Amino acid sequence: MLKLLARNRHTVQRLGFTLLTLVAVVTVMPIVGTVIFILFKGGSAITPEFLTGFPREGMREGGILPAIIGTLYLTIGTAIFSVPLGIAAAIYLAEYASDNRLTRLIRIAIINLAGIPSVVYGLFGLGLFVLFLQFGTSILAASLTLSIMTLPVIISTAEESLRSVPQSFRTVSISLGATKWQTIRKIILKEALPGILTGVILGLERAAGETAPILFTGAAFFLPQLPNSPFDATMAVPYHLFVISTQVPEMPIQIQYGTALVLLVFVLTMNVIATVIRSRARAKRQW
Amino acid sequence: MNKISIQNLSLQYSDGTESLRNVSMDIRQNAVTVLFGPAGGGKSTLLRCLNRLNDLTEVKSSSGQVLIDGKNILDPKLDVVALRRRVGMVFARPVPLPLSIRDNVTYGLEMAGEKNRIKLDEAVERSLKLAAIWDEVKDRLDDPAIALSGGQQQRVCLARVLALQPEIILLDEPTSGLDPISTGKVEAALQELKKSYTIILAPHSIQQAARTADYAAFFLQGDLIEYDEGKKIFTSPKEKRTEDYIMGRFG
Repeated sequence: MLKLLARNRHTVQRLGFTLLTLVAVVTVMPIVGTVIFILFKGGSAITPEFLTGFPREGMREGGILPAIIGTLYLTIGTAIFSVPLGIAAAIYLAEYASDNRLTRLIRIAIINLAGIPSVVYGLFGLGLFVLFLQFGTSILAASLTLSIMTLPVIISTAEESLRSVPQSFRTVSISLGATKWQTIRKIILKEALPGILTGVILGLERAAGETAPILFTGAAFFLPQLPNSPFDATMAVPYHLFVISTQVPEMPIQIQYGTALVLLVFVLTMNVIATVIRSRARAKRQW
Repeated sequence: MNKISIQNLSLQYSDGTESLRNVSMDIRQNAVTVLFGPAGGGKSTLLRCLNRLNDLTEVKSSSGQVLIDGKNILDPKLDVVALRRRVGMVFARPVPLPLSIRDNVTYGLEMAGEKNRIKLDEAVERSLKLAAIWDEVKDRLDDPAIALSGGQQQRVCLARVLALQPEIILLDEPTSGLDPISTGKVEAALQELKKSYTIILAPHSIQQAARTADYAAFFLQGDLIEYDEGKKIFTSPKEKRTEDYIMGRFG
């Protein structure tokens, strides 16, 4: 009887683990499936002309260079505003802010900022940057809008990585006659940098793939030339994908999937870079 | 000669833990003064008053004075960064900064603005020798300090403090995590160091207290019970509670 029970326990365990493995595999399926599907459908569209040429024949032929360049500009623009601001805010919150009402208010604001639907950011950007500050529909306005959207991600990951640096480093550094700011600059930031970078890349990656925030603030349906100032509007890959998928009749399906593939590769590459930075730092870390 | 004069020092932490009650004592220059007693007696608190490290902790209330060379260092207007360069501290657990051995030793000096490579190199050699670790690390100064053994790390931490040429060195159970051989090396270094520094040590055992003390102060739950020359206190204590503790009847 006991023997039977024991065997039964093992069977139950094996069944449980099999089930868990299955569930894990199921969660991986969508991403693998998407990549394979897009690769299969759009792979043949990726030609040198597609990557370096302008759209022709009402975007039904030619390439998507202006959209690629535009997304690059927007990502860089977003980084210029959101990275210094986000890291500075994180340093304040992790190292200087005491637990008072103001700090709590800032935290609540950041959490809520992260929860706002992206189309609302778009409308806000339209109101503030495009109309009120008269930046027009431009790379500048779109980058600023994307920055606001990216800030909470950068702030919270950066704060988290600053906090994870052991308190004893701070105590020791201070006891050796370093000022608080020296301690942050020489020890804390250096140790937290990989984590901060990971957050920055993940935030920018999200910004690069967004359509709604740039819809009213900077994205153009079609432009015959590349933008040459931050006050120009620009094409962008996600918006271009939206346009050719819904707004252009008789669009060759191959080009749609090709565009999706480019966007996917762009975003996944950033993801891989973030992962590499993180795992390298983890291997090198001394605490 | 007295280096430090503690006058009616009281301190209470916000969370109600370890505190000091009306402690007064003078601390001699060029001697090892030992603060001993059971955990929670106020030894660490007192040490952390002397370099104002308590500033980093939530303190509910404090009163009294601590004079170093006649100047009150608890003065809120005091330049604490300058104070901490004069009063160095070694902690119970060696915490090498995530830097090379060399950079650990020069850290304090560089933060103080010293850029001269020659002076920094001199300081590295001098302080590592003083801390009795030079021979063990001289060929690998650019290795990360964390790669050393615990005993070596602690001596590098001591060297790091010595590099600043402080006047006073505070040691908070500096050998608690070390093997007997490393402990012996640290204790021997202290005997050498007291010729030029004022040393205040919270030992991790009563035996270490007896071995190292020129002067010894017995702390119990925030009160200074007895303070005398080490020889006297460990052979013929005046207070019953001191005697009970030394004899191992409690704590």
